[in-house]
Amino acid sequence: MSRLRRSMLFVPGNNPGMIRDAHIYGSDSIMFDLEDSVAITEKDAARFLVYEALTRLHYGSKELVVRINDLSSGLGVADLEAIVRAQPDVIRLPKTDSAKDVIECEREIERIEREAGIPVGKTGMMAAIESANGVLNAREIAFSSKRLIGIALGAEDYVTDLKTTRSPEGIELMFARGMIVNAAKAAGIMALDTVYSDVNNEEGFIAEATMIRKMGFDGKSVINPRQIAPLHAVFTPSEKDLMKARAIMEAIAEANARGSGVASLKGKMIDKPVVARAQYLLEMAERAKTMTVEDI
Amino acid sequence: MFDFDSIPHIKEVSACHGVYDEKNLNEKNLVSFDERQKESKKVLPSIEEAIKRVGLKDGMTISFHHHFRNGDFVVNMVMDVIAKMGIKHLTLAASSLTDCHWPLIEHIKNGVVDHIETSGLRGKLGDAVSHGLMDFPVIFRSHGGRAAAIETGELHIDVAFLGAPSCDPYGNANGYNRDSEEGSCCGSLGYAKLDALYADKCIIITDHLVSFPNTPFGIPESQVDYVVKVDNIGDPNGIMSGATRFTKNPKELLIAQYATNAIVASGYFKNNFSMQMGSGGASLAVARYLREKMIEQDIKCRFALGGITGQIVQMHEEGLVKKILDVQSFDLIAANSVKNNRFHQQIDASYYASYVNKGAAVNQLDFVILSALEVDTDFNVNVMTGSDGVIRGAVGGHPDTAAGASMTIVVCPLLRGRIPTICSKVNTICTPGKTVDVVVTDQGIAVNPARPELYEKFVAAGLPVTTIEKLRDRAERVAGTPEPIKYGEKIVGVLMYRDNTVIDVIREVAD
Amino acid sequence: MEIKKTGVAGTMESSDIIVRIEPKETEGIELELESAVMQQYGRQIEKVIRETLSELGVTKAYVNATDKGALDCTVAARTQAAAYRAAESTDFVWKFGGVK
Repeated sequence: MSRLRRSMLFVPGNNPGMIRDAHIYGSDSIMFDLEDSVAITEKDAARFLVYEALTRLHYGSKELVVRINDLSSGLGVADLEAIVRAQPDVIRLPKTDSAKDVIECEREIERIEREAGIPVGKTGMMAAIESANGVLNAREIAFSSKRLIGIALGAEDYVTDLKTTRSPEGIELMFARGMIVNAAKAAGIMALDTVYSDVNNEEGFIAEATMIRKMGFDGKSVINPRQIAPLHAVFTPSEKDLMKARAIMEAIAEANARGSGVASLKGKMIDKPVVARAQYLLEMAERAKTMTVEDI
Repeated sequence: MFDFDSIPHIKEVSACHGVYDEKNLNEKNLVSFDERQKESKKVLPSIEEAIKRVGLKDGMTISFHHHFRNGDFVVNMVMDVIAKMGIKHLTLAASSLTDCHWPLIEHIKNGVVDHIETSGLRGKLGDAVSHGLMDFPVIFRSHGGRAAAIETGELHIDVAFLGAPSCDPYGNANGYNRDSEEGSCCGSLGYAKLDALYADKCIIITDHLVSFPNTPFGIPESQVDYVVKVDNIGDPNGIMSGATRFTKNPKELLIAQYATNAIVASGYFKNNFSMQMGSGGASLAVARYLREKMIEQDIKCRFALGGITGQIVQMHEEGLVKKILDVQSFDLIAANSVKNNRFHQQIDASYYASYVNKGAAVNQLDFVILSALEVDTDFNVNVMTGSDGVIRGAVGGHPDTAAGASMTIVVCPLLRGRIPTICSKVNTICTPGKTVDVVVTDQGIAVNPARPELYEKFVAAGLPVTTIEKLRDRAERVAGTPEPIKYGEKIVGVLMYRDNTVIDVIREVAD
Repeated sequence: MEIKKTGVAGTMESSDIIVRIEPKETEGIELELESAVMQQYGRQIEKVIRETLSELGVTKAYVNATDKGALDCTVAARTQAAAYRAAESTDFVWKFGGVK
């Protein structure tokens, strides 16, 4: 099982204070942003800052992600030249409309890896889908590169493209979320949900997190550290679910010991998908166990 | 009829002044109550007149309280009159001093004030003292240490000048005003109460002279010599804000969450527990998170102590905190609660924290949440000198509550800007590490090795526990090892521990 | 790298530093530093600025820096950004790489 990505904390790339403290809040991933949160006149400064931070600071066990500018902006390749060398875990490509966007970006990454003596393939990628076209191409995007660890929904640009706005219930995102989660799971990678912007509405945030977890998403981007704890709570299996999962695994172990291929619990036969779900739940709980100081 | 001399043992009865004689009787005062109280001889027309009447002389000790915080007008008002009257070489023993008291610098330079005793100094005055303004070092005492020094008579106050938001013509003074919603309000008069009780002469300075009896009172008339009405005792906005604002700072919230989890795991979180919380952002957030845990686990707090905030009042009104012992109200909600809630009790500094007073409330604390400017690897805490070595803080009740509470938790960020909070050696020891049990930062929790059982409990609860040395190393890994602050030789401040022994000194900063 | 005009990078926010680099006729870096943490980290900040400029090959410049508690990585990043801007250059050199 790959690592947990319940929460990806969004950190503006030109903000030294937030870059310094990004690791203390317990998110599974940290995403340093060179794109929309950075003014066009400060793109160079943010690039230097994120590069220096990645090469000099310690971020514990956090997965480090950098969102670059898209290649068509004219800034993307310059971002890659710096960031690939600083070796974060993952490069996040924004505004992905097709498999071609991913492939072009991967080509640049591979070139830089070779030039810099970095093992080819070390740099992971994730693609954010932020347009109607991109959503329709979700499947080809999800299958476009072995480097992809997941695909994500970027809702703000997407709803603009649809000529609608975001609602608390997220009805306008139903199709995109459905497409993205399906495409990701078909490709065996993760599906990551968009940000929830109303930081002060914890109830609404929890409702949305609960919904996307139910849909099959693996996690969500967060814009404020305060959203991390409630998000993890949503993604943490309840004690009741865990007890049931343990009972299922015990029944399986017992059946195996008996040499029987059929296990049952409380008179009901346990199907294979039930076992898989129980196993996934237990693994997730194991990974979500409280962090140690070394993880911070 | 009786023969006085024939009454057995009458000569041995004390306070028996012979036989009643109608001629000795005073004329009855026939004016109305309202007229009569206007004749009170205690009410004087000016501060100058009051100073003359009490006989303030060169070299005496005067006192003030700090319940008006940065909105206080009383200290500067009184000192200006004293200076004009030509009285010199005074000792100023305030319960604390703050930014607004910078005009004292001139009075010190002019020899009106030779020596200061206080809990803290800030702003221009703190800066001037740190740069060698005074020859006699400032004596810093904790609230409990000051109370003890007053009780034993070692700190003898000749005249106390005590500001009060309301007072009647006989001297019953209060930290709020029951007769009008206007004017200032500071709630508890905890630090003033002891000064009124022990000072040779006590002058109440008020801007609301109200009708007798100003009950329930913070200071009773029996302890008051004179009352002076002035236009304004302070700026209400500087005295207190409406409600202490709840922090949205994610780092403070994170620290508060760790601290709350530590409390819950500690074993002290059970029904009828007792606590004290500060007014800092993280402390306030602990109160909120703890409230959720109390509701969740149906646990009630027997009493909350100390500086009281609206957060604690809310919990009291919800029935979660049964009693409040308030030595100082931190916001308007707390001040109004002193006025309106039967079991929100104002207490004096001795009741709060004196080491002479065995029943002092700090000794009944399960846990206290305290802040820190610096904590070192021996768990010593500095709350007095800033990162440039300049005096800009107050000892307050820090060492008193730390010594009294069963579990003392210090909350602070690992770094402030670039300056590590957890360091090898604090610049100024205010609270000794022996009395500090737990240090909670945003990047881990350190437990004093003297408390292994707490360490075990925190580990079992899955809290990010580590050693204090590792926290320091982590801070220095981020910021680099700081170069030490340069000090001169001259001692400008002396830190008294709560038993009034010298625990540390503050030296002049080098330029 | 030749400093051609005034280049500035950074902000006055806490944990940041503003670095201003200006052309200078004669050899040498003339550095003026103001910092909220001068006593503890003044020398370190100056060292990082000088080393960063030296790595970029800047040998003639007036440098004025106002620090608000920036970490070394921020000091280096702001110095680089200011220098490239002052040199009107985008020929960035990224030294890291290899097996990490």
